[in-house]
Amino acid sequence: MREVGEAMGPIVQALKKNRLAVIGAGILSVLVFIAVFAPYLAPRDPVELNLAERLSSPSWDHLMGTDAVGRDTLSRIIYGTRVSLMIAVVVTMIEVLLGMIVGMTAGYLGKAVDEILMRIVDVLLAFPGIILALALVGMLGPSLTNLVIALAAVGWVRYARIVRGSILSVKEERFVESARAIGCGNLRIATRHILLNIVTPIIVLATLSMGTTIISIAALSFLGLGAQPPMAEWGNMLNEGKPFMEKAPHLMIFPGLMIMITVLAFNFLGDGLRDVMDPRLKEKVEV
Amino acid sequence: MTEDMVQFIARRLAISIVVMFGTVLLAFFLLSLAPGNAAENILRAERLNDPRLGEVEIFMEKHGLNNTMLKQLGQWFYMLGHGNLGTSFRTNEPVTEEFWARFPATFELAAASMVIACLIAIPIGVLSAVKRNSLLDHGSRIFALWGVSMPNFWMGLLLILIFGVKLGWLPTFGYGGMDHLVLPTVTLAIGMSAILIRLQRTSILEVLNANYVRTARAKGLSERVVIGKHAFRNTLIPMVTVIGIQFAHLLAGVVIVEQIFAWPGIGHFLVDSINAQDYPVVQGFVLMIALFFVICNLLVDVLYAYLDPRIRYERGR
Repeated sequence: MREVGEAMGPIVQALKKNRLAVIGAGILSVLVFIAVFAPYLAPRDPVELNLAERLSSPSWDHLMGTDAVGRDTLSRIIYGTRVSLMIAVVVTMIEVLLGMIVGMTAGYLGKAVDEILMRIVDVLLAFPGIILALALVGMLGPSLTNLVIALAAVGWVRYARIVRGSILSVKEERFVESARAIGCGNLRIATRHILLNIVTPIIVLATLSMGTTIISIAALSFLGLGAQPPMAEWGNMLNEGKPFMEKAPHLMIFPGLMIMITVLAFNFLGDGLRDVMDPRLKEKVEV
Repeated sequence: MTEDMVQFIARRLAISIVVMFGTVLLAFFLLSLAPGNAAENILRAERLNDPRLGEVEIFMEKHGLNNTMLKQLGQWFYMLGHGNLGTSFRTNEPVTEEFWARFPATFELAAASMVIACLIAIPIGVLSAVKRNSLLDHGSRIFALWGVSMPNFWMGLLLILIFGVKLGWLPTFGYGGMDHLVLPTVTLAIGMSAILIRLQRTSILEVLNANYVRTARAKGLSERVVIGKHAFRNTLIPMVTVIGIQFAHLLAGVVIVEQIFAWPGIGHFLVDSINAQDYPVVQGFVLMIALFFVICNLLVDVLYAYLDPRIRYERGR
């Protein structure tokens, strides 16, 4: 992994010059801080009921008000950060792992294996992602675990494509040939020489798709197919707040705002990463 | 039609057929993911208490749930061959009829959203390319980043809150006249226009460097004619293809928006069917949406090859 660190060095330097990327990274560090230290930051227990204070508007006592059963919205928002970020990271990790395994197998072995695996990828890409995820959760039954399974089962294909493409382009390069010439085995070539070259596109794609993943988690939970009550999850909170829109609009505003800010931060950082890592694209776009 | 083109279309068609076949298989296996005994779950949901002893067996027999996997797969293909996607557990109507009954409402919403999105995106995109790095350009960049980061269900809820609940100007749910169409359309159009604005801007910037634009300028044509006649027209091909692909995405994206606005389209019915464990509907609707997607992409590819002969060879895999 030391090589990866070295490869990332100049990228981090270049990123620092991109204003939006810096803002994105800044917001994300705050969000990660909130997620990690949620139990210390939250003023109340996120699932503690308090029927005496139902649907109260934001006040000094409850900075973001309370919901229909008197739970403190701020505390739920804070714990919700934890759920969204953690689930999104877990989904992305499974996607990357699956995508690497399939993409490397297809790209490295080629021929019939490649043909079959890529047709499977084509089929999965033919489905609109959110619809397939929706159907999968619908069939498996609504729960957070099934949500992770459904999103990962749909999302890995893009990584497989990228990994396969990178492998195909890198396979015939001279350094791979020389590695083979000095007697490196298939596995060693794959892990040490090729892996290094596919890390950057994977990081860009992972950052850019984190936003989409977070929206999907919230969307499916909003439909009642992901996080189940009483868990504090942003999409779930929007769903629970919807019937009280008129009396307690704060239940509608804060969770949505958090989703938007988080997605925006990932998109800022992802756009910056893409510009830095693929300068040709930037030249083409900015002319 | 040149020989290359026939070859290109034949190749795309072959791939599409393989993909459709895979889609049909995948839709079949979706059903086997359902946990527990589907028959028991459905009967319980219908009666609100445990089904009697014989009932589950009768139900399973009736819907062919007792057969082996291979036989069920055979039946699935046989049914599809006859344009039959099974019967809804809930309404006892054929799934295809349920689909086509709701498709027009969804199509109406998606088409209206796409029109609004283009009306917003094309002029703003062209202007921000022409006046690059102006205030308008920066503003449109921020709008685009915000638009793609905004979850459409939250957008919908906010619009309901502002224009329905607080101001009382527009109806917030259901299907009816033009006024019912406004809020769901705007909800979908904002996200879509965010994507299209950037694309239109990039396409114009690309053609502005082309030789024919330089020639047009050298001839002393006004900037208005150069942009409007020479530059803009040449961005139409990439725009049309992206709009085609995005339209298919839009049809899929309406699912949640339909749910929020109680719009009686396929997305709304699909979510209701998931909640009611009406598996044939879930399976059939997902298959129909995916097939629609594949056909849209195929049409776009063919159209693209037809309109722009330069790209044909590179795009064939």
